[in-house]
Amino acid sequence: MNSENSVLDPKTSPTFPIAARATLGDTQLRKNVRHATEVIQNKRARVVAEMPDWQQLRESGRQIRQHTMANLETYLEEFERNCIRAGGTVHWARDGEEAKRIVTTLAKTYASQQNPEVIKIKSMTTEEIHLNVALEAAGVKAYETDLAELIIQLGHDQPSHIVVPALHKNRQQIREIFQREMNLPELGEKPQDLADAARKFLREKFLRVNTAVSGANFLIAETGGVCIVESEGNGRMCLTLPETLITIAGIDKVLPRFEDLEVMLQLLPRSATGERMNPYNSIWTGVHAGDGPKNFHVVLMDNARSEVLADSEGRQTLNCIRCGACQNACPVYRQTGGHAYGSVYAGPIGAILTPQLQQLHHAQSLPYASSLCGACYEVCPVKINIPEVLIHLRNKVVKQKGPLNPEALAMKMAGTLFRSERRFRAAQRLGRFAETPLVRRDGSGDGWIGWLPGLLGGWTQVRDLREMPKETFRDWWEKRGKRGN
Amino acid sequence: MATETNGVIDTSSARQEILRWIRAANQGVADSQPVAQQWDRIERPYRRSATRSREEILELLEDRLRDYDANVVRTAEAEVAAAAAKMLAARGHKRLLIPGGLNPAWLPAGFDYVVDDGASPAALDGFDGVITGSTVAIALTGSVVLQNVPGQGRRAVSLVPDHHLCFVRVEDVVETVPEAFDRLKATSTLPTTFFAGPSATADIEMTRIKGVHGPRFLDIILVE
Amino acid sequence: MFPETGKAVVKVLERLGHTVDFPAGQTCCGQMHWNTGYQAEALPLVGRFVEQFRHAEAVVVPSSSCVAMMRDHYPKMAEEIGDRKLIAEVAELLPHVYEFSEFLTVRLGLKDVGAYYPHRVTYHASCHGLRNLGLGDGPLELLRAVKGIDLIQIENMEQCCGFGGTFAVKNADVSSAMLAEKTTAVLNTGAEACTACDNSCLMHIQGALHRQRTGVQTVHLAEILAGSEGDVL
Ligand code: SF4
Repeated sequence: MNSENSVLDPKTSPTFPIAARATLGDTQLRKNVRHATEVIQNKRARVVAEMPDWQQLRESGRQIRQHTMANLETYLEEFERNCIRAGGTVHWARDGEEAKRIVTTLAKTYASQQNPEVIKIKSMTTEEIHLNVALEAAGVKAYETDLAELIIQLGHDQPSHIVVPALHKNRQQIREIFQREMNLPELGEKPQDLADAARKFLREKFLRVNTAVSGANFLIAETGGVCIVESEGNGRMCLTLPETLITIAGIDKVLPRFEDLEVMLQLLPRSATGERMNPYNSIWTGVHAGDGPKNFHVVLMDNARSEVLADSEGRQTLNCIRCGACQNACPVYRQTGGHAYGSVYAGPIGAILTPQLQQLHHAQSLPYASSLCGACYEVCPVKINIPEVLIHLRNKVVKQKGPLNPEALAMKMAGTLFRSERRFRAAQRLGRFAETPLVRRDGSGDGWIGWLPGLLGGWTQVRDLREMPKETFRDWWEKRGKRGN
Repeated sequence: MATETNGVIDTSSARQEILRWIRAANQGVADSQPVAQQWDRIERPYRRSATRSREEILELLEDRLRDYDANVVRTAEAEVAAAAAKMLAARGHKRLLIPGGLNPAWLPAGFDYVVDDGASPAALDGFDGVITGSTVAIALTGSVVLQNVPGQGRRAVSLVPDHHLCFVRVEDVVETVPEAFDRLKATSTLPTTFFAGPSATADIEMTRIKGVHGPRFLDIILVE
Repeated sequence: MFPETGKAVVKVLERLGHTVDFPAGQTCCGQMHWNTGYQAEALPLVGRFVEQFRHAEAVVVPSSSCVAMMRDHYPKMAEEIGDRKLIAEVAELLPHVYEFSEFLTVRLGLKDVGAYYPHRVTYHASCHGLRNLGLGDGPLELLRAVKGIDLIQIENMEQCCGFGGTFAVKNADVSSAMLAEKTTAVLNTGAEACTACDNSCLMHIQGALHRQRTGVQTVHLAEILAGSEGDVL
């Protein structure tokens, strides 16, 4: 049941414009995505408006994250020390392959030998490295316990949002999946029925399976503690009932001190789901006798994060707390949904994170999957200037592609024109001449272009272009003279 | 590579390398001040303390808890057991789990109480409900915080049974999140759970559905 | 490209008693290059801009995205060039650069510029004006003070029209879908014209409104504010 035939992988995915064309054609998906993002956006706007100190919190959040990244080595070592002192075991993984090897080795050591199984809490970090595929290959069955992840897993689907991974499915589609995969032909389609079915399906696993795998929202350097926020209680089940807990976290997840949570736990829930606080937050430190798992392992994974850190403009990407607000606010994401981004990180955060985590040439089209409208930056709780990072990555793409492709040549030519008034004027005249065969007059005698060749053809798919003016402002100005006579 | 000998995974070479990469990446942003002083310089102009009166704070907490479908009553210390009896009877619950150290004066007579002794998850699932105290509650967010201390117990206790009756003393109610963290700081390494209402999900068409895996029924008694 | 806007800006400013100059050497702010990733091509345009405008008391630009480009990126670009004099000059000049509506509302403190425009109009808040420049309600206040205007609120006023410069050709399908939402919202208002502070958005919106033969026009805010009772409209 948890065979994943295909995964969202920027190495093999089509480019964004091509993938987007496919999702744009799926009206049901677009309806679902629009509905979900609108609901969350409105909820977010309401609870953010309640906070007179929201902008101050954002600024403190930004400073905390920036300070953490500038002292990342210190804080990771501090976390490690304190976690070990509290009875945890800390592992380090340079990349996803190493992380998967560590987790599968641990899972095989601790899970039942006859029937190796683990229960999982939703974790984008495990999605990033496609951990479930590796576990399955090692003979370990992984059960996703978050309702949305369960829908994805049972539907052999892929996450399309970092907070609400199944937002592209509506209740009828979810019912069909549950009917088929849980063998419940009579299941109703009320959300409550579906949630009840999930409760029944999973409770037995919570009470039985002895090993859990989780991600982390925050690692607390000062105490060696870990914090996870969630809604359903599946997280609490996984963190509390099994004998063994394996937590895998990107090295960017660390926070300096316990009290820094007072900022993050205000920013995150309001931004992510429009709640004042998540229904549940769990914080635990190592192993606590008589309460929760006896074995606790943390895997600290780099997977290109230290490379991002080395890029002075790109490094603010690491400040991200994965709230998904930028996805909900993004007019591009709202049209295409998440799968078009070819990565488990979709939307604006995906457009900057994926190209940096994967080598850029695997994701060259993503930095361009944005109109730079700035809605993402406006909502980001830690003030990541996403448009700025997008432009920075575009510059890297241009350098990588070299100077000889048609776009680069056209840009070079335009650059030459803009550097000289004489050439600029000549180009305006030439433009008028060149466009002549394309211009058609409409009813009121105005000239319009309805078809353009090559790169510019995208424009005229659904738009006309007005012909260039007969008299430019420049001409008019010179005729008129400065004083206007 | 992570090397594995006799089931022990050794990742020390990965550790060294990752830390070296980070050090190199941070070369340009190095700050000569000690890290603790840099941390102190982080500006925190957000609201840290209460702006409402005590009564307003309590009302806000009640409102926010109800907003998330919890059942809330406020009662004087002497009436607590009576209030609890009413709530338990309304749910028709008899067999109740309690953590060690819960104030016996708050427990009404006529119900079966079993003190948690580390029973298995499956055994916990057999109870009608659980009764616990709490460490702190945050009015602004409608959250109640539990820690592993007498009267609140281990985390599984307040998780597996389907009904949770929780006592919150009014002196443990604060208005803002930072005030709560001030109080939690001293015991920050204890297992800690924040809850805001019964468990819920919005994963299906963003409709809030009450009750998935955590307790589906939540009663709160504010003790004055 | 949009001579009517320039003329309208001149008209409004002169009506308010200002002297307008148009340095002939000016070309482009470099936004297209910068935002598409061609940083090297954009850099020389900074010096060019300073060269052309360094003596102006105020530089008024009828395009919010061009102003955003200068404010958000010119200082950094000057640093990149590494020319100390240029860095200083950019820092000196930028506070005098205004987006057109911003010049009227912020620098001059005006709401009513004595305009007359007897039409049904709806206003689209261009992204760069709204979010990068923080124009807020300024343009709307100017419009509300126009005599004879019937101003209708558009749904999702702050949502991007999908232009985004080269985005419109690189991601033509997505851009078209975003544009369709915007034009539907425009048509739902029943307005005769859609206005904004940025001709790039307007060119984009107009492209679809014309293709669909809707008869709805786009006009730059300056052209509305330039309207006066004497005009034949
Ligand atoms: S980039 Fe900002 S808004 Fe987007 S997910 Fe990360 S923290 Fe949230």
